[in-house]
Amino acid sequence: MSRASSWTALTAIMKRDLMVVMRRRSDILNPLLFILVVVSLFPLAVGPGPDILGRIAAGVIWVAALLSALLGSERLFREDYLDGTLEQLTLQPQALPLLSFGKIAVHWLLSGLPLVILAPLCALLLKLPLAGWGTLMATLLVGTPILSAITAIGAALTVSLGRGGALLSLLLLPLFIPLLIFASGAVEAALVGTAAWPQVLLLAGLSLLTLLLAPFAVAASIRVSVN
Amino acid sequence: MWRWLHPYAKPETVYHLLGRWLPWATAGAVLILGIGLVWGLLFAPADYQQGDSYRIIFIHVPSAMFSMSIYVSLAIAAFIGRVWQLKMADWALAAIAPVGAVFTFIALFTGAVWGKPMWGTWWEWDARLTSQLILLFLYIGVLALYYAFSDNRTGAKAAGILAMVGVINIPIIRYSVEWWNTLHQGATLTVFERPPMANSMLFPLLTCILGFAFLAAALIMQRMRTEILRQELRRPWVKQVFGRPAATGERS
Amino acid sequence: MQFDSWQAFIEMGGYGFYVWLAFGVSFLAMGVLVVQGLRARSRLQREFTQEQQRQQRLARRKQEVS
Repeated sequence: MSRASSWTALTAIMKRDLMVVMRRRSDILNPLLFILVVVSLFPLAVGPGPDILGRIAAGVIWVAALLSALLGSERLFREDYLDGTLEQLTLQPQALPLLSFGKIAVHWLLSGLPLVILAPLCALLLKLPLAGWGTLMATLLVGTPILSAITAIGAALTVSLGRGGALLSLLLLPLFIPLLIFASGAVEAALVGTAAWPQVLLLAGLSLLTLLLAPFAVAASIRVSVN
Repeated sequence: MWRWLHPYAKPETVYHLLGRWLPWATAGAVLILGIGLVWGLLFAPADYQQGDSYRIIFIHVPSAMFSMSIYVSLAIAAFIGRVWQLKMADWALAAIAPVGAVFTFIALFTGAVWGKPMWGTWWEWDARLTSQLILLFLYIGVLALYYAFSDNRTGAKAAGILAMVGVINIPIIRYSVEWWNTLHQGATLTVFERPPMANSMLFPLLTCILGFAFLAAALIMQRMRTEILRQELRRPWVKQVFGRPAATGERS
Repeated sequence: MQFDSWQAFIEMGGYGFYVWLAFGVSFLAMGVLVVQGLRARSRLQREFTQEQQRQQRLARRKQEVS
C-alpha cells in the first residue's frame, strides 16, 4: 500500500463520518446543551457568590466535559457496528489504527472543538476571573483530544454490548483523572498568578502520547468486538 | 525454548501442575503469614511515636505492595495473551483481578483505619490513598468488562486490552496525583517516610510480606484452576477431574 | 512477649478498636475471596453433573424410542 492510498482512506472515512453526523445535527448539539445545563445547575446548587463559583469554575467545566464525552461516545462506533460497516473496516487493506485515528479525529472535531468554542460562555456563567480564561481555553484545546481518544477505546471495547453506558463510565473515568488534575491545576495556577504553561505543556505532551498509542488500542478493541 | 514450553500451554497440563503446587502454596501462606502476624502482633515492640496502632502495618504494607504488582502481572498476562494468542493468559485475568482488587481494598481500608488515630480523619486525600483508590476502580473496571460479555473469550480479550491501557496510565495517574496533592496541601503527611525501622519490627514485616506473596499465589492458583475448568467444561479431560456422576435412578 | 495479659493485648495500648477493625475486615475480605473461589468451583461441579445426567437421560430416551 502506498502512502497516498492510506491518506485517501483516512480522508474518506473522516468525510463519511462527518457527513453522517451532519445529517443529524442533534447529535452535535445535545452534548453541548448538556454541558450548558450542567454548568448552569452549579450556581443554583452552591449559590451565586463569585468567590465560590470562580474557584470551582474550571473544575466544573472539565467535569461537564468528561461527562458529555461519555454521553456522546455511543455514536462513535455503535451504528457502524450494527450495520456492519465496522466489520468492513477491519477487512480494509489500510491499517486499522489509521482508520481508528480518523474516527477519533472526527469525534474531536464534533465534540472537542465545539467545547473549546463554548468555553467562554461557560466561564462567563460561572464567573471565572478573566485571568483564567486563556488558560482554560488552552487546556480544553490540548486536553479534549485525550478525551476523544480514550473515549474511543472504551466505546470500541463495549460496542458489542447492547447498553454499555454505566460500564463505560466505570472503565473510563479513572483514566481521565490525570487530565482533570492537570487541567484544573493549570487554571488554578493562572488564577493565583503563577505560570500555567508547564501544566499546559504537560497536557500537550500527554495528548500527543495518547493520540499516538490510542489508535492501536482502538484497532485491537474493534477486532475483539467484531469477531 | 518454545518446544520445551509447548506442553505447558495445554490447559489440562496447567490444571494438574497448579493442582500439585496449590497445597504447598496454601501451607506456605498459612504458616508464614501465621508466624509473621503472631510475631508482629505479640512480640514486636510498640512504636515510640504511634504506640500499638502501628501494628496495622503488618497487613497494610504487604497488601499495598502487592496490590500494585498484581496489577502489573495482570497487564503482563494480558500482553502475553495478546501477542502470543495464548488463551490461558487471557483466562489468568479472571484469576488475578479479584485477588488484586481485594488486596487493594485491604490496603485502602487499613490505611483509612490507621489514618483515623494518626491523622485524626478516616479519609485523607493523601497521594497514596488516592492513587490506591483509583487502582481499585481500575481493577473493578477490568472485572466488570470481563464478565460483561456473554462469550467468555471475547470478555477475556476485551478486559486484557483495558488492563494494558490501565498499566500505561498507572505511572501517569500516580505522578499526577502526587503533583496534585502537593499543590493542594502544603503539609505532607509523613507517616510513611519515617526513619528506617528497627530490626525487631522489620523482620516480622518482611515475614508478613513473604506470607502475603504465598497467599496471593495460592488464591490466584485456585482461581486459575476454576477458570480453566469453566472455559473447558465441555472437554473430555474435565470428566476425569469431576468424575462420572453416580447413575441416579431418576425416571422422567 | 510485649503484652502482660490478654486484656492488654486486646486493648493494644488504647488503639484496640482500630487495630482489630483493620485486622478483622482484612480477614473478612480474604475469607470472602476464599469462600467465593471454592463456591465457584463447586458450582461448576454441579453444573457439570447436571449436564452429564441430562445427557444420560437423553441417551436412555433415545434407546427407548429406537
